[in-house]
Amino acid sequence: MPEIIDRARAQVLADGAGLDEAGVLEVLRLPDDDLPELLQLAHDVRMRWCGPEVEVEGIVSLKTGGCPEDCHFCSQSGLFTSPVRAVWLDIPALVEAARQTAATGATEFCIVAAVRGPDQRLMDQMREGVKAIREAVDIQVAASLGMLTQAQVDELVEMGVHRYNHNLETCRSFFPNVVSTHSWEERFSTLEMVRASGMEVCCGGILGLGETIEQRAEFAGQLAQLDPHEVPLNFLNPRPGTPLGDRAVVDGKDALRAIAAFRLALPKTILRYAGGREITLGDLGTRDGLLGGINAVIVGNYLTTLGRPATADLDLLAELKMPVKALSATL
Amino acid sequence: MTAPAVTFCDRCGDSLTQGDHASCTAARRLEPPRYCPQCRRRMKVQVVPTGWTATCVEHGDTHS
Ligand code: SF4
Ligand SMILES: [Zn+2]
Ligand SMILES: [Zn+2]
Repeated sequence: MPEIIDRARAQVLADGAGLDEAGVLEVLRLPDDDLPELLQLAHDVRMRWCGPEVEVEGIVSLKTGGCPEDCHFCSQSGLFTSPVRAVWLDIPALVEAARQTAATGATEFCIVAAVRGPDQRLMDQMREGVKAIREAVDIQVAASLGMLTQAQVDELVEMGVHRYNHNLETCRSFFPNVVSTHSWEERFSTLEMVRASGMEVCCGGILGLGETIEQRAEFAGQLAQLDPHEVPLNFLNPRPGTPLGDRAVVDGKDALRAIAAFRLALPKTILRYAGGREITLGDLGTRDGLLGGINAVIVGNYLTTLGRPATADLDLLAELKMPVKALSATL
Repeated sequence: MTAPAVTFCDRCGDSLTQGDHASCTAARRLEPPRYCPQCRRRMKVQVVPTGWTATCVEHGDTHS
């Protein structure tokens, strides 16, 4: 048995102390033959430190497209010749999306906007939208609106937004290859304000942007230092018209190794399947990941692309005897 | 009344009579349409957790 698996068993499973960057790198370099054992260990760690429940979330785009930033993976940047056009969702449709999300048994509803940071119009829409959802639907509201000022952080807290998503996307050393219009450090400072405000910090990223295996380990180490409440893991779904539109998707086994490695770096974090899992892992791989460290899913569609039907994921969770986390458990 | 002519690929916007759109058809299983199949205008597309709506300014709405 590889030494790193023994070490992780003693350190992560028994003591709940995550692997550091060097340990994660060793895990990412394990050969395919060791993958079943690695996934089993990551699953054991998840069960021991997080339990069997799976947190289910729906996400919706309040403002799509036309973003002034240049994140090279993103079809919503207004700087690329992407076919995605700018569009706003109205409040009744937002509430209806929250209602349908809650009907799946989801406890989380995340409102997302394609912006560098919110302007007054977006904050006004948020205030109205969050109020309308809280009056009509039993679900926790999260938000992802880009970089914030302190005043905006305070406003979101006051609205009742309980968790804020702001992905670092990739490790610090690779970030300038992916985004030129803002820095990793700017993103980080929003996360610090969110943490200080008492909102839960949700921060993850995308694998397969062209980062090396070493940089993937660096990213896991940086996330572990941040210690977010939740880490959403995306796999690049190359979007037409973007600078990364022709990149290959992450190999399924590499994706599973990464899921396990991130779990071993972050034993107590909610580790969520986000975009790209359908094309990277397919149905079988989706199941493997849920038995390899993942304990949360986004159900239904994403912001500009479609996902598996919510029922497919819910049926799978039932088959795996993984209960959906109840709203009462999150309050 | 005749059915509206479907002339353009709703994923890439190119003419359906030119080129191969098999990869577009495959990708469309996990994507909403982006171009109007009648006039190839880019459509306004709203995705929500349980569906999508695509709107052409000339030819109206389609839903999932
Ligand atoms: S800031 Fe967000 S919406 Fe804008 S280009 Fe980057 S990832 Fe896309
Ligand atoms: Zn096409
Ligand atoms: Zn049209």
